[in-house]
Amino acid sequence: MKSAHLLSTQELTRTDAFEILDTARQLSRATDGAIRKLPTLRGRTVVNLFFEDSTRTRLSFEAAAKRLSADVINFSAKGSSVSKGESLKDTAQTLEAMGGELMIIRHSASGAAQRLAESGWVKSHIVNAGDGMHEHPTQALLDAFTIRSHFPEFDRDFTGLRVGIVGDILHSRVARSNAQLLTTLGAEVVLIAPPTLLPIGVETWPVKVSYDLDSEISSLDAIMALRVQSERMNDAFFPSEREYAREYGLAGARLKALKKGAIIMHPGPMNRGLEISAEGADSKQSVILEQVANGVLVRMAVLYLLMGGAPIPTEGVLV
Amino acid sequence: MSVVLDQSEIERSLKRIAHEIIERNHGLDSVVLMGIPTRGVTLAQRIGEFLKSIEKPVPVGTLDITMFRDDLRLRPPRALAKTEIPAEGIEGKDLILVDDVLFSGRTIRAALDAIGELGRPRSVQLAVLIDRGHRQLPIRADFVGKNIPTNARENVKVQLLEVDGVDQVEVSI
Repeated sequence: MKSAHLLSTQELTRTDAFEILDTARQLSRATDGAIRKLPTLRGRTVVNLFFEDSTRTRLSFEAAAKRLSADVINFSAKGSSVSKGESLKDTAQTLEAMGGELMIIRHSASGAAQRLAESGWVKSHIVNAGDGMHEHPTQALLDAFTIRSHFPEFDRDFTGLRVGIVGDILHSRVARSNAQLLTTLGAEVVLIAPPTLLPIGVETWPVKVSYDLDSEISSLDAIMALRVQSERMNDAFFPSEREYAREYGLAGARLKALKKGAIIMHPGPMNRGLEISAEGADSKQSVILEQVANGVLVRMAVLYLLMGGAPIPTEGVLV
Repeated sequence: MSVVLDQSEIERSLKRIAHEIIERNHGLDSVVLMGIPTRGVTLAQRIGEFLKSIEKPVPVGTLDITMFRDDLRLRPPRALAKTEIPAEGIEGKDLILVDDVLFSGRTIRAALDAIGELGRPRSVQLAVLIDRGHRQLPIRADFVGKNIPTNARENVKVQLLEVDGVDQVEVSI
């Protein structure tokens, strides 16, 4: 990677993306055997800067950093100086003064990571771990890693793979990052959702859009069910949960309509019974727990590629 | 630029190393070869073939030591290569590390650290095709194809058929 930061999948070229995915694959081979911990980032400090609730992403980054022997400082906005009115700038500068060299930021405001990277407030590397409804690049990378591991014949080019992303596209940074990254890698992405849960301007995305899951399901190689983000819904986006589950839930007959080799994905946390049934989540085709394991590998790769080598000038975002 | 080893000389060196490995370890019962990417892997495979034809097959693995290097921060991040630990493992074995050129010794130090993470072999031995001197650490090779006295600024280039399409070793400034 030519950049000092990882802010969005939009900035990643195919070469960058495969560099991260290849690095993660070699790390999985090395750590599969007996090497549980690598000394690569010993003495370096990684900061988890979480202004929004998260369990799995924060823990996954923490596990990744620790497997590379980095020290981890965890910051969460709840019960912190932020509730006393401290700004993002002051918080970041304070944590950098404590030795932070790379900051993993999650924030409810879209663009927060980019602001931190480009403002010159801090010299640290910035990794976007989810900014509002904008992007969540490491999630898309771990999804691409998971898809790649199940379709070895598409190892260097996803052209010919069809990936369906179903559900709450509107509030989903995961969908946005995935649509961009998977398209960059060559896959065809189909967004499947009710019109109320599609973002304005979706027609400019490099994807196909459909309102009907049943007409698409048998053509998909991978299907990604998105969590219905009730916490971001301040309006009625669908009539009832039962109706949503009936129209867009991955359950029952739809599971049988899936292609034989197709994989079922979910970024978690799941609402079982809403966007995915228990039967779907626990089926043989489900790779949801693999996604979690792969998340650690992909994040190790990102940390290594950003801070493992010689320092690169941080002015501007190159990618 | 001068060619210091040609194809037949490389072959003879590796064959001799194979014999020396058998002699030193009193057979091959506990011997495991591990090549350091890229060309160390090819050399380990070739030595493995000689061992097989002389006595019997031995496990051959690969060990990428990039993440254990102490000079990572001096260059842009390097691409990682494959690590494959033989199914038999390395615990209690006589592990022979194979690399193409022994120079500063830093690669081998990193390899020893990596091996420490993997387990505890009975012994670790080092086989290299070229020893060019200029060690920066107290490390020596047990099996050497050819000692080539060099100037520290000279460049030793090992080329192997499987990787580079030709078998030869060159020294250039």
